Amino acid sequence: MSTVVKDTHHDEHPSGIMRWLTTTNHKDIGSLYLWFSLIMFFIGGLMALVIRSELFQPGLQFVDPQFFNSMTTMHALVMIFGVVMPAFTGLANWMIPIMIGGPDMALPRMNNYSFWIMPFAFSMLLSTLFMDGGAPAGGWTLYPPLSLQTGDAFPFLIFAIHFMGLSSIMGAINIVATILNMRAPGMTLMKMPLFVWTWLITAFLLIAVMPVLAGGVTMLLTDKFFGTSFFNAAGGGDPVMFQHIFWFFGHPEVYILILPSFGVVSAIIPTFARKPLFGYSSMVYATASIAFLSFIVWAHHMFTVGMPLAGEVFFMLATMLIAVPTGVKVFNWVTTMWRGAMTFETPMLFAIGFIVMFTIGGFSGLMLAITPADFQYHDTYFVVAHFHYVLVPGSVFAIMAAVYFWLPKWTGNMYPETLGKVHFWLSTFFVNLTFFPMHFVGLAGMPRRIPDYSLQFADYNMIASIGAFGFGFAQLIFVYLIFKTIRGGEKATDEVWEGAEGLEWTLSSPPPYHSFNTPPVIK
Amino acid sequence: MNFLNLKKVSLLIALGLLSLPAHAGWLDLNMPKGVTDISNEVYGLHMLILYICIVIGVLVFGAMFWSILKHRKSRGVTPATFHESTKLEFLWTIVPFAILIGMAVPATKTLIKMYDTSDSEIHIKITGYQWLWQYEYLNTDVSFYSKLSTPYKEIYNQKEKNINYLQEVDRKLVLPINKKIRFLLTSNDVLHAWWVPDLALKKDAIPGFINEMAVVIKEPGIYRGRCAELCGRHHGFMPIVIEAVEQDEYDQWLANGGKVESTDLASTEK
Ligand SMILES: [Cu+2]
Repeated sequence: MSTVVKDTHHDEHPSGIMRWLTTTNHKDIGSLYLWFSLIMFFIGGLMALVIRSELFQPGLQFVDPQFFNSMTTMHALVMIFGVVMPAFTGLANWMIPIMIGGPDMALPRMNNYSFWIMPFAFSMLLSTLFMDGGAPAGGWTLYPPLSLQTGDAFPFLIFAIHFMGLSSIMGAINIVATILNMRAPGMTLMKMPLFVWTWLITAFLLIAVMPVLAGGVTMLLTDKFFGTSFFNAAGGGDPVMFQHIFWFFGHPEVYILILPSFGVVSAIIPTFARKPLFGYSSMVYATASIAFLSFIVWAHHMFTVGMPLAGEVFFMLATMLIAVPTGVKVFNWVTTMWRGAMTFETPMLFAIGFIVMFTIGGFSGLMLAITPADFQYHDTYFVVAHFHYVLVPGSVFAIMAAVYFWLPKWTGNMYPETLGKVHFWLSTFFVNLTFFPMHFVGLAGMPRRIPDYSLQFADYNMIASIGAFGFGFAQLIFVYLIFKTIRGGEKATDEVWEGAEGLEWTLSSPPPYHSFNTPPVIK
Repeated sequence: MNFLNLKKVSLLIALGLLSLPAHAGWLDLNMPKGVTDISNEVYGLHMLILYICIVIGVLVFGAMFWSILKHRKSRGVTPATFHESTKLEFLWTIVPFAILIGMAVPATKTLIKMYDTSDSEIHIKITGYQWLWQYEYLNTDVSFYSKLSTPYKEIYNQKEKNINYLQEVDRKLVLPINKKIRFLLTSNDVLHAWWVPDLALKKDAIPGFINEMAVVIKEPGIYRGRCAELCGRHHGFMPIVIEAVEQDEYDQWLANGGKVESTDLASTEK
């Protein structure tokens, strides 16, 4: 980034590597998170391509089934904890202080720690690939007893998760403290941009559930090494108990991965429709309702464990209820577009792609809520299709939309528009080519997490594999485009986008090192 | 205009590619209707919720694409400024809610039927192992293991794969039709899940615990399923094969101690 260093004395900071190691600046830390996420995106993506290569044809061709299981496990851990979560934290770091008219994050030193924990946590996790017994292969859900069969990698896995959790909690506390304390005078809660709102709610979810995960995995650790029997029936424990604990964390986690995208899309759609967001307050209430409901639906991930009938019915009904606030959001976005004056620059394309494909993922989610039908869908490729629709053209598209939307602000340069559109169309085409056929093989009876399959699934797996490679290569455009924009390009104006509203567009592009040293006036 | 055309073209390409494998008809791509009353009900629920989703999708995406087509700056429109409507927002909260209730009622009814294991006449204990199944016909001496019979050469691509590749076992689970059968499900090591799509049965096998489920099979035939819960290295290699037969054939098989003599119940199933 070409930085224009002016202003006051505390803009002086060490240069080179020390700048990044010691930085307490919200923009620097935001950039670090985003770079980290981008690197992990390619590591997790390579793992996905190992999976898709092995599944290109029936039969075992490239890897041992154990390594295949390591790949599915590590791919999930990397993509969830190493890509989507840090990317949103990076966006939060960059944008929240600016959006609320504050100078920086409330707890800058902790901000530095919470980022620098991440590379350590992930070095630890990735180092397990070279250990005796291989990397963790019991699935990212870590269900015992299988996860306890992990070799030397096991304690590294557990401590890596502890560190990731620690980092997330610190980041979340910082975000809550920032939003509640650093707002400019006049920036009331109900004036905050939705990105800030969705992140506030996400941060509360993180603070609530990351300790639950930490507790669960610690119990796994003591079961393995210290003779406890939390999850061992022979010692009076219950393996299903772990699943309850895990999904009590895991379901709110799903919303941790998607709520900030709602905020991003709610910023982009009004900008390019040149029309205010429809139903701002109902958006806030819908986000809060989704967050609340996320705590009482966890067992829909485990309909087949043999819960009592009343439990199954309760979790089915509660899960179906989530469709109501989620529907409200989609209707609001469509109504925001309605009778606007739209243009379709890359961020808008990604945002529209998000709405369409996230909604497809929402539909399959609603289908999965129907318990009797879930018995057929559960643990099949139908589920794989479902969560990839909400995570890839959902969360990941929203992150990309956000990058295109704010990159001119961050760098002061416009990105190459045509190339951005090419990136969008290739990504959209290949993401559907990859994940849409998975609905079919799942319904036809293909279980997830298998390295080899019977012949009736062959055609669609081949298509999905072609799609996955296409999607992977399309992302190289994204990287090229980011570097190109940082290095130069057409200068961006302060407002960047014609219909842009919000404090970030009142600052220069790129913004000064400290965002608002004097609070802006809020209308 | 550019936007819509591209969208259409990419959709067409996607659909074209999806319809390439001509021998896989629609039926092979959808949930099987199966061969029990309950599996048919489950199929009905699946199609009902799918159609509801499609209708909502057509309406919402229809409105959206209409808007994309008409309400674009290049057509010289001036943007409206409305940003709320209590009536509209109330409507689209309450209508989905009503649809969901309408969906929940039949789903709950089917679920109650699925949970009814009373008055079962045959009881079979299924135990999952890494990586095979054991079947014990309770109150008889019949008990055996059932494991994958696909040759390693086929798996490692040294021999052409047969049509039942990875869904064939050395000993099938033989069951009578039109009898209520109760399965007791457990595991000897890690979690497994016993799944046969045609019977709409899937439940986890949990070490130290017993799960139960019941089924009445309506048609004779061979039904294939798989382990559905990740259980380690050979998780993809522990199939389930059921042979559903007439009552007298089943009685004869049982009287033989579950041993197979005739060729149509050949011990190595192909
Ligand atoms: Cu198994």
